[in-house]
Amino acid sequence: MTQKVRVAQLSCGPEHSGVQGEIYEAAEAVNAEMFFPDLTLADIRRYYDEFGLEARSPDLKLAIARAKALVEGRVDADAVFIATCFRCAEAAIVRNELRRYIHEHSDLPVVSYSFTERTTAGTLLTRMEALTTIARRRALLAREVQEGLTLGVDSGSSTTKAVVMRDNEIIGTGWVPTVRVNESADEAVALALKEAGVTIDEIEAIGTTGYGRFLVGDHLAANLVQEELTVNSKGAVYLADRQHGPATVIDIGGMDNKAISVQDGIPGTFTMGGICAGASGRFLEMTAKRLGIDITELGPIAMKGISKKVPMNSYCIVFGTQSLVNALAAGSTPEDVAAAACHSVAEQVFEQQLQEVDIKEPVIMVGGTSLIEGLVHEMGQLLQTDILVPPHSQFIGAVGCALLASGFRGGRSDESV
Amino acid sequence: MVKVFIYPSTSLILSDMVDRWGHEPLGAALQIRERIQTPGFDSPPLQMTPDDPKRGLRYAAVEVPSGVRGRMALMGPLIEESEAAIVINDADFSFGCMGCARTNELVKLLIRHRDIPILELTYPRSEEEGVAFVGAIKQFLTGLSEGAA
Repeated sequence: MTQKVRVAQLSCGPEHSGVQGEIYEAAEAVNAEMFFPDLTLADIRRYYDEFGLEARSPDLKLAIARAKALVEGRVDADAVFIATCFRCAEAAIVRNELRRYIHEHSDLPVVSYSFTERTTAGTLLTRMEALTTIARRRALLAREVQEGLTLGVDSGSSTTKAVVMRDNEIIGTGWVPTVRVNESADEAVALALKEAGVTIDEIEAIGTTGYGRFLVGDHLAANLVQEELTVNSKGAVYLADRQHGPATVIDIGGMDNKAISVQDGIPGTFTMGGICAGASGRFLEMTAKRLGIDITELGPIAMKGISKKVPMNSYCIVFGTQSLVNALAAGSTPEDVAAAACHSVAEQVFEQQLQEVDIKEPVIMVGGTSLIEGLVHEMGQLLQTDILVPPHSQFIGAVGCALLASGFRGGRSDESV
Repeated sequence: MVKVFIYPSTSLILSDMVDRWGHEPLGAALQIRERIQTPGFDSPPLQMTPDDPKRGLRYAAVEVPSGVRGRMALMGPLIEESEAAIVINDADFSFGCMGCARTNELVKLLIRHRDIPILELTYPRSEEEGVAFVGAIKQFLTGLSEGAA
């Protein structure tokens, strides 16, 4: 049994919200243990005063003091989990500032989360898994070159992707809609193997990621089963050839969105979520369907439109669709509607998620939605930067898996070296 | 004997004083130790569940953070039961501490809106103030006894 990853918890409200048990359960599931940095009352007063952020809630003052103690090395931890109540403005300010402070002044991976009483261990699992992976598997994540013949499978909520790589080159890809998880994975893998001209028996190592990673991992007897936050980060900087230095990875997925602040290919801070399908690729699929076009045509059409001509707020997919229908009924052009839909999704991701990570250039967009150039354009406008979309960006998770899996060829592991 | 709500409700000292003058303290007396090793200052001694914030809806609307509603599920019934209250503002951590400022604002509001005797004091910062502080509490509690007699 590997040693447990020690995750320092800085929080306000989880016990009184009845979700502390869920936090413990998520940590337990990934062989981590939560702990609360032990401070004296005098430490708390001193660290709080030194930090300089005026908070009224004593538990937030305690969180500030604990963050200072971690950064100054008074307390040992492998990772940090910051959690406060959803809808608390004071806590949101403290949460953001602590996340930024720890990220800038230490090597500790940190994730922040705002919970309600409905938060479950399942919701927290992927975040906790990523946090512990970064802490535990730095050697694995240090890999920069793919070696041998490996297969990566990304079992996503909308589509399943497979990639075969040989000696640092992609030689086969497969992309199918996710219907039944294992069957869709088999189809995608078959496509990738066919294009690569190899058989599954020749594959030296397999990695899986995405929502169906555990099921597909078992099905394919994968060497590596890994959540998508770390895998996508690796895949993004690898394909964009930005393996060193800072970067920001944005993945607007079919079910949720990820924004990851990366340093040397390793995630530092990240957010994962999406209030509603209205801020996801799913809304763009619906837009394409209503316009009577294929999703692949949405991007080019959006580039010909002007988003400001159509008022649209896709905070909710139902209201977003209503705006879309109303705009078309009022005579708006499909081009303007497509552009407005892209702007709406980009704006929500910008407002809800990108505020929680430090945007450092280059900004790399990945995942299937990165092929919708109207969406990439709108995101670039909001961020006032040129967005990088690497080749094969839609296969990012599968590529990241194939890359990392090459460390497991021949029964060895990067982690053992 | 009068049921006296104390704020901060975790204050052992206040709880002891109320008890010593023959009344029933309503609070969640908890020793704030020199070392804080729990998630928060006033970590509940009992296992709370997601049902507690729902019970707190009696005191705060659904848009209020879950932590506030969970705390109100504990504090609200005590406030309703109270026949008098002692509120100490700006108390030192060691005197007694409730972790959430928003809950504290709501607790104090609900107490002030009850038609009961209330003593509000600021936490003393010197020995002289300390003597006056204890004297004021003693006088208030004695007065409650006389009123109840």
